[in-house]
Amino acid sequence: MEGLFYNADDGYLEAIVRGYRSSILNNTSYINLTQCETLEDVKLQLQASDYGGILQNEPHMSTSMLAQKCTDKLVQEFEYIRAHAVAPLQHFLDYMTYAYMIDNVILLITGTLHERDTHELLERCHPLGVFDSMPALCVATNVAELYNSVLVETPLAPYFKDCLSAEDLDEMNIEIIRNTLYKAYLEDFYHFSQSFGGPTAEIMGELLQFEADRRSLNITINSFGTELTKDDRAKLFPNVGRLYPEGNLKLAKSDDIDQVKATCDVFLEYRQFFDGTSGAGTTKTLEDRFFEYEVHLNKKSFQQQFHYAIFYSFLKLKEQEIRNIVWISECISQGQKERINNYIPIF
Amino acid sequence: MSGANNRLAVFPTRMTLSVMKQKLKGAQTGHSLLKRKSEALTKRFRDIVKKIDDAKRLMGKVMQVASFSLAEVTYITGDIGYQVQESVKNAQFRVRAKQENVSGVMLPVFESYQEGANANELTGLGRGGQQVQRCKETYIKAVETLVELASLQTAFVILDEVIKLTNRRVNAIEHIIIPRYENTIKHIISELDEQDREEFFRLKKVQGKKKEAAARDTLERESRQAAEGAHSNSPENAEAAVLSADPSLADPGDLLGGEDDDIIF
Repeated sequence: MEGLFYNADDGYLEAIVRGYRSSILNNTSYINLTQCETLEDVKLQLQASDYGGILQNEPHMSTSMLAQKCTDKLVQEFEYIRAHAVAPLQHFLDYMTYAYMIDNVILLITGTLHERDTHELLERCHPLGVFDSMPALCVATNVAELYNSVLVETPLAPYFKDCLSAEDLDEMNIEIIRNTLYKAYLEDFYHFSQSFGGPTAEIMGELLQFEADRRSLNITINSFGTELTKDDRAKLFPNVGRLYPEGNLKLAKSDDIDQVKATCDVFLEYRQFFDGTSGAGTTKTLEDRFFEYEVHLNKKSFQQQFHYAIFYSFLKLKEQEIRNIVWISECISQGQKERINNYIPIF
Repeated sequence: MSGANNRLAVFPTRMTLSVMKQKLKGAQTGHSLLKRKSEALTKRFRDIVKKIDDAKRLMGKVMQVASFSLAEVTYITGDIGYQVQESVKNAQFRVRAKQENVSGVMLPVFESYQEGANANELTGLGRGGQQVQRCKETYIKAVETLVELASLQTAFVILDEVIKLTNRRVNAIEHIIIPRYENTIKHIISELDEQDREEFFRLKKVQGKKKEAAARDTLERESRQAAEGAHSNSPENAEAAVLSADPSLADPGDLLGGEDDDIIF
């Protein structure tokens, strides 16, 4: 049924995104990139790709500049899609930017807490997470004011309202605030995408479930040996995902990596993450495996038509591509060629 | 440089001579002490140069690893620079300065130590936390190397100056002070000898003059006696005449009774 009217509203944009998808660097390009000796060579290789235009006027290559330019290009493409989107899709795209908004808001809260000039922080915010009332965040001088008058105006207000009070902002570790917000966001996004039904719900469900599980696993592993108590840890796990509920419960009680591994053994897809991670000879870290699996899921979403997940996947794949390019150029500029193949090939 | 004229302006007396001899001895002792100090410092200096070389090589390696681990963090977590800067309230990595005594030279030694809780242990909780911690550890190692290098470099500079200073002193004592004292002593001795000779000669001269005067006296007296002998030939009178001729022996009381011939001397 959804296929009947999909093209009337979103067909053009889906076509655009599929066009963008074909510009994603393929394996041959990556092999060529890894052969480069200097950043100038990288630039030369990228000339042939979609990134050719943005690098043309740059006399000096640096990895930070490269990352900046590539992100700019991604933002530009995303903004184009967002500008042409209509009702349900537009809302969906907005949801995608909330993740970046959380990072930006956290950045600004950090600045306010330490009484810094928050205006200069605006430049450091992720461009995808910029929202209209964001400059207003800089007006607040203390945390209570920030909470009462400014944060309620942002799209993130419901997450703040449900999870945190003004006192929390002052006392809690900023990382815990960030993860609490992210948990609320993931749950909200999950329920929102499920409301579409059809392939969107199916594919987005899978993607977001993995995202939630990845967060739970990461939080568990990273909190070993820190001051974060098990109760606090459990509060940060998103209540969606395949690990929820009993996997999350087990993770909350875990003390070491083996228990985490035992929890994941139940799931065929997750079992592979821990295969050989403890071995010394492997160069792939757990994070690398997560990235790999995420790329795999995102690639899969291009196999279906008439759904919104394709926009989400496109953004994630592009981000991974930027990370890959930056990684490769970082390896080249630092002369650490032996690790250069740690990037995640996409197509 | 150390010409024969190079000496202290002192009066050539025996006391100055003994003072000078003491000073020369002091200078020689000082010289040998300073020379030993300079040797000890130079030995230490060479050690430090070697250590600096090692530390610099190590630093190159460590810094490379550290900056690469930062690249890893950026790959997985994104830019965390600002967040890390803000979450730090107290320095966890501190440097303590101590002093070490190397043959009388105070060398500052920097010692790094860690204090307080890890402020960034939750950074990257949702993603890349392990990489963040690893990056932190490699950078701690890098800073440790830097601190070590800094303390070596400071010691290097200070030792260099002190060695130069000591060598200058050693050379000054060896080539200026000691020759000067030696010259002075030589001068004083020669002056004293000269004085001795002069004194001896003077005494001799005086003696000669006195003998001459005595001889003349006796001659005169004899000729007078001869004249008086011809006149009265009385020894009684002759003696009285001698007594009245010499006013220093005019005291009559004691000498009149004595019949000493040597009374004139």
